[in-house]
Amino acid sequence: MPVTPNIAGIDSPVALQQALVAAQYLADDALSTAAYLALALGKPLLLEGAPGVGKTEAAKAVGGVLGRTVLRLQCYEGIDASGALYEWNYPRQLLALRRAEDASIDLYDDRFLLARPMLEALRNPSGTLLLIDEIDRADHEFEAFLLEFLSDYTISIPEIGTMRAETHPVVVLTSNRTRDLHEALRRRCVYHWIDYPDATLEARIVMARASSVAETTAQAVVASVTQLRAEPLAKPPGVAETVEWAEAATLLNAQGLRWPEAFRQSIGVALKDHDDLTFLQDRLEALLPGEAA
Amino acid sequence: MSILPRPIEPMVAFAQALRGAGFAIAPDQTIGFIAAVGLLGPGDILDIHKAGLALFAIPPERRGDYDAVFRSVFLGQTVAAPVIGAEEDELQVHEPTGAETDTEVEDDDSDIGDEASAAERLGHRTLTPGQANRVLELFSRDLPGRLPLRTSYRRRARKSGDKLDIRRTLREAARHDGDIVRLRETARKRRPRKILFLIDVSGSMEQGTETVLRLAHALVQGAERAEVFTLATRLTRITPALRPGDRAQALDRASAVIADVDGGTRLGAAMAAFLAVPRYAAFARGAAVVVISDGLERDDIGPLVAAVDRLSRLAWRLDWLTPLFADPNYRPETAAMAAIQPMTTRLGDGSDIAAMADHILGLARAA
Repeated sequence: MPVTPNIAGIDSPVALQQALVAAQYLADDALSTAAYLALALGKPLLLEGAPGVGKTEAAKAVGGVLGRTVLRLQCYEGIDASGALYEWNYPRQLLALRRAEDASIDLYDDRFLLARPMLEALRNPSGTLLLIDEIDRADHEFEAFLLEFLSDYTISIPEIGTMRAETHPVVVLTSNRTRDLHEALRRRCVYHWIDYPDATLEARIVMARASSVAETTAQAVVASVTQLRAEPLAKPPGVAETVEWAEAATLLNAQGLRWPEAFRQSIGVALKDHDDLTFLQDRLEALLPGEAA
Repeated sequence: MSILPRPIEPMVAFAQALRGAGFAIAPDQTIGFIAAVGLLGPGDILDIHKAGLALFAIPPERRGDYDAVFRSVFLGQTVAAPVIGAEEDELQVHEPTGAETDTEVEDDDSDIGDEASAAERLGHRTLTPGQANRVLELFSRDLPGRLPLRTSYRRRARKSGDKLDIRRTLREAARHDGDIVRLRETARKRRPRKILFLIDVSGSMEQGTETVLRLAHALVQGAERAEVFTLATRLTRITPALRPGDRAQALDRASAVIADVDGGTRLGAAMAAFLAVPRYAAFARGAAVVVISDGLERDDIGPLVAAVDRLSRLAWRLDWLTPLFADPNYRPETAAMAAIQPMTTRLGDGSDIAAMADHILGLARAA
């Protein structure tokens, strides 16, 4: 197993954590350790967690820290090689064929090849980070297909042959865990379960991402969101919702709404399910962020 | 073991101990783990802990087991036996895992009385065992062809499809000097829908539990994507237990994992627990959901109605089979059933195996 302890100047989990903080992403110890190990061991990083805990953000931040372009592949049911890997540009092939008339022409030349994220990452492994987002949305066929790619970073295109990455590309996979991933896929990855951040960290995240929000507001919102997450909700608010709620309420407050009212009016930013709102109706007053600023 | 360098020994021992605790760990994960520990220093014992979490891909719900093994290997503390179903008022989600099954198998062996009582309960059926078996046989035979289908997002070549297959058409054109000889078409594939079976195993449903489990077994065997859960005071996923082809063996495993057969009913809470686990709720999305229950709720019916409402909106169709339906004068008049009926696609007969088998085979027909 090739081990590279130093990647783009990052030689320890602490160094990565500091770099991430500098890039406005506040990662805890466990996440920075897992991400560092994935980079150093040349393995894909698999991030699992509830929707809205910042999995995609984490991948983008790592890409930013390494100075790499993030190639995002959004998964969906039925995604296949032509969406993930490559496709031939058929209209162009046809035109070239017509124009060439009797001259010989290579139809499988690079200029007719449309590279999709996975092929692009393979062609430029040291300048890109491949983000395979929400892998749990793809079906088992795609997961099996991905397995081949992730085990030896090769892609075979029948018309051209096998393409191999010169170095291990950086790959991050995210999953909302709406279904269990195949054991074989998990085994190939360095795994990290992203939990909701603790209250202090989340308040810091709110402050870092929403510059207009006062510290007391951030703390009040985080305290309220923590309570909301303990309720049996269909769609508990994620970190992104916390940030947006704090921002929205601050905006309404600046326009003259008083505090608890500003939170109540902007509740739709945090709770996005009618059933949840009905469920909490009677107790909402007590759950809203209290005194702020 | 002696061929290993000394510092690596405990790492390998740790991987083995994890396997012993029911974690599936591949050799290259062990290699990765050792490399990771080397990379991290290791500065302190927590580095080893973190490296293991990441490289052995420990899911959050098994963190407790992992920590126990970690403590026993590296800190020399004894492993506490996993607590199964601690008696709490909170409703628990029970998903049997490798480690737990081990202990449960032991329970099972010591309890010979189980089989006898199962046979006794079977005696209450109106159908003779022979008739019931015949029904199951026919059910298994007909099931594969009668499963409800849905349109997949994947496409395949079809003579008269609904979309031009540019890839094939132009590939052929390239072979004919750029002349398009024939237009190729594709159509979407059809795939079997998910089937979700929710079985009420509370006291009031005691009579039918065994029969329903036999049917559930046939369903898991015959349908590509079926999931089976039992509801009572706890929610238990029994799909893995029903996988063995041998019916008797599968039913034994299933009754071993259902911790509360014939216990009290907290149907609403059990359904809410089902919906609260995103992975489970995802089973229901777009699925044919079949609930087998009499809908008798001990507590307040509010949570039950809310849960069924949500379930019916997630599902493709929701069928409710109640054993009370056998009575021709039955009307869904209890408060719970009256509220639930409008949310169901069809209310059906859950009193005997033939009626239930029939209903399931009819799921593909329009509601």
